[in-house]
Amino acid sequence: MDAHAARLIGAGLATSGMIGAGVGLGMLFGNYLQAAIRNPSAAASQQTMLFLGMALTETMGLFSFVVALIILFGAGA
Amino acid sequence: MAGQPAIDPMHQFSVHKIWQGPTFHVGGLTLDMSITNSVASMIAGAVIIVLFFALTARREIVPNRAQALAEALYNIVDKVLVTPIIGHQGRPYIPYLFTLFCVILVLNLMGVLLAIGNVAGLSLTFTVTSQLAITATLAVLTFFSVFILGFIKHGPKFLGLFFPSGMGVIGAILMAPIEMISYFVRPVTLAMRLFGNMLGGHVVMALFGSFVVALGILGLSGGVATLAFVPSVLSFAMIVALTGLELVVAVLQAFVFVALATVYLNEVVNFGHGH
Repeated sequence: MDAHAARLIGAGLATSGMIGAGVGLGMLFGNYLQAAIRNPSAAASQQTMLFLGMALTETMGLFSFVVALIILFGAGA
Repeated sequence: MAGQPAIDPMHQFSVHKIWQGPTFHVGGLTLDMSITNSVASMIAGAVIIVLFFALTARREIVPNRAQALAEALYNIVDKVLVTPIIGHQGRPYIPYLFTLFCVILVLNLMGVLLAIGNVAGLSLTFTVTSQLAITATLAVLTFFSVFILGFIKHGPKFLGLFFPSGMGVIGAILMAPIEMISYFVRPVTLAMRLFGNMLGGHVVMALFGSFVVALGILGLSGGVATLAFVPSVLSFAMIVALTGLELVVAVLQAFVFVALATVYLNEVVNFGHGH
């Protein structure tokens, strides 16, 4: 297997880190919706926290995206 | 696949000079004063922000639409973020946070709204916030301003931030390195989040854009290949949907950047108040 093929496979594998971010975002928004339906009057006040949690969760997925980009286009490519 | 435009989604992020400026040598540094497409986009963004607020700051009792928009933007920083999170002591920091919000918002939106120029492979526009150098500058500036402000306000006591309370002396010392790492990784995550979101969105848009062109050209060759128009049109519909999504992401990322800056600032302003 030459280095280029290995790089493509590695970049593809690196993106599997996004599975975790996907699960996390699903839990986040699912739980928010569940809570918002139970107590709609409290939903609006927690929206800032929802987006903060989203940002922190999303970062984990983005790290894997950046790693994939480094493998694809980084030094030695 | 010869004769087709190459699929190169990263081309839109290349920085190139559009005006060759003078070069200065200061010490060991070489300062190139050329105007690149990145600099031009930033200047355009600055002009948009200054013009917008200069034209809307009329203080009418019944605001017109533009003034209402400007006040709504200010309320996002003031009423949604700073006042609920920090409280009244956060007011002195609103100008910085609001400037940060405006800069990121306008540069993000410029990148999305003008991105149509990149779809066909032309580099007419440039998303400044998709450069790690820019987002890292904003993140480091924000993070270290807050960090230094902590020392100015609280002196050496501010180091207590790294020693969690209620763990005993040994526990606190053991936890200190972990707390420090999680604290100093903040500018990295702040920079990566904005960079990754803008880069990722624009790569996907450029990919679908090149699908439209490549499949459209394939469809022109006649015969069975005419069917290639179907995915070509679907790709175009996808671009329309993605542009909508990117508009949401552009606003959301500006909001999130400032929200995290506010949360970090809150630790400093309300340090030791258990807020």
